[in-house]
Amino acid sequence: MVIVGAGMAGARAVIALRAADYKGPITLIGEELHLPYDRPPLSKASITSEEAPAPILLLDEDQLRSLNAIFINHTKAVKLDVKAKTVALSNGQSVAYDKLLIATGAKPRRLTIPGGEHAIVLRDFPDAEVLRAKFKPGKKIAIIGGGFIGLELAASARKLGCDVTLIEAQPRILMRGVPEAIAKIVHDKHISEGVNILTGTGLARLEAQAVHLADGRVIPADTMIAGIGAAPEVSLAAEAGLKIDNGIVCDEHLRTSAPDVYAAGDCCNFPHGMFGGRRTRLETWRSATDQANTAVANMLGGSVVHHALPWFWSDQHDLTLQIAGMGDLGIKTVTRQLSPEAFIIFHITDEGRLVGASGIGPGNSIGRDVKLTEMLIAKGISPSAAQLADPNIALKSLLKG
Amino acid sequence: MTQWIEACAAGDVAEEDVMRFDHGGRTFAIYRSPSDTYYATDGLCTHEKIHLADGLVMDHTIECPKHNGRFDYTTGAAKGAPVCINLKTYPVKVEAGKVFINIA
Repeated sequence: MVIVGAGMAGARAVIALRAADYKGPITLIGEELHLPYDRPPLSKASITSEEAPAPILLLDEDQLRSLNAIFINHTKAVKLDVKAKTVALSNGQSVAYDKLLIATGAKPRRLTIPGGEHAIVLRDFPDAEVLRAKFKPGKKIAIIGGGFIGLELAASARKLGCDVTLIEAQPRILMRGVPEAIAKIVHDKHISEGVNILTGTGLARLEAQAVHLADGRVIPADTMIAGIGAAPEVSLAAEAGLKIDNGIVCDEHLRTSAPDVYAAGDCCNFPHGMFGGRRTRLETWRSATDQANTAVANMLGGSVVHHALPWFWSDQHDLTLQIAGMGDLGIKTVTRQLSPEAFIIFHITDEGRLVGASGIGPGNSIGRDVKLTEMLIAKGISPSAAQLADPNIALKSLLKG
Repeated sequence: MTQWIEACAAGDVAEEDVMRFDHGGRTFAIYRSPSDTYYATDGLCTHEKIHLADGLVMDHTIECPKHNGRFDYTTGAAKGAPVCINLKTYPVKVEAGKVFINIA
């Protein structure tokens, strides 16, 4: 078994292969210097912790040894030959596979406006170390993009006493995938924490120490960061002739268009088994693990359809938001107020099917009910709007009802 | 050595649920199983130190509200990624409608 990409999906695949009692050889190939590590802290604790951070490892040397997996770090897979079933590496080596998992992840998009190269991006641990060095008290930080990465970095920079401006081209932050009511709370929180947010604001160009807005205003900045989304890393697969369409096109078993080649994680586009085969590509921590598990089961001869629900979280200041399911399939929403500061919005189709939940609140106030909603969706249970809205009706009772 | 501490009234924890109990600078989680047995563990997830009392109890499993790490709260056993370190458990007794845990 060969796994290209040593992020979350790749590391979890190694663990899943051995957990399934696979006894043969495993080779894990990663471009980065580090052992496989967890990315969520990169926008938060890796930047703000008092002590110098180290990557939170997903697999350490001891685990790799006990799992009997070969890890080739700092090495790029440069050519895939699906006929010969080999992967050529940047170190000159060629690795033969029986089954191959492509888990090459995604790369941050770069600004294409003039001077766009002045904006740095966050993807890996060295990027976080760069930001940590730049986020000093009083420094002017301009963040381009009001998505999750941009907002989490804004919160981290404020925590460290920076002067933060966040610029979003859309009329509001979190346009993609977060209901307006939740985006508003996030927006207000950032404002109250001292972040300057400019929405509906386009860019003209960047200069070394300034963002020039489309309306002529100039925002001085010591550091500019682009958080404008990520593109799937598909070059290895594309050059080998695999089908590509917003990611590596897979079937419901996470098989690519080439025999014995599978994909998982941010680079994988697949039809979701829970939502009528609707195609999606998920850039989330949990999906990387879930997809690795599905792909591994099928690499080992199974016939598992990928069913795991999409789910993710974001922490900003003292707020956590969690999104589960596919809320955009819903046309109606119902709100359950858990406390004055915490609520969950349920997303319901026109046939009354519960398809998603979006929650926000301080600390961990919403995790339990979002999880219960996931379980309701997975079981195909769609409570009435009145039941969902009433915080005195435990979601757990609806699950068992 | 034993050090029995009164944690709560038996009725304070719903069946198949969990509550937080803080004592002496430490935090614990008290569980009541579907079969009406009480258990106690350390209160914080071994992954990122989140209060498990905010999590979901299903049968004999507690799931952390943050990243869905799961433990068997009757034994403390971690049930796979992202958690790999077991939870410490504590003996529990119920007397006269009160739940005591031995935190020694």
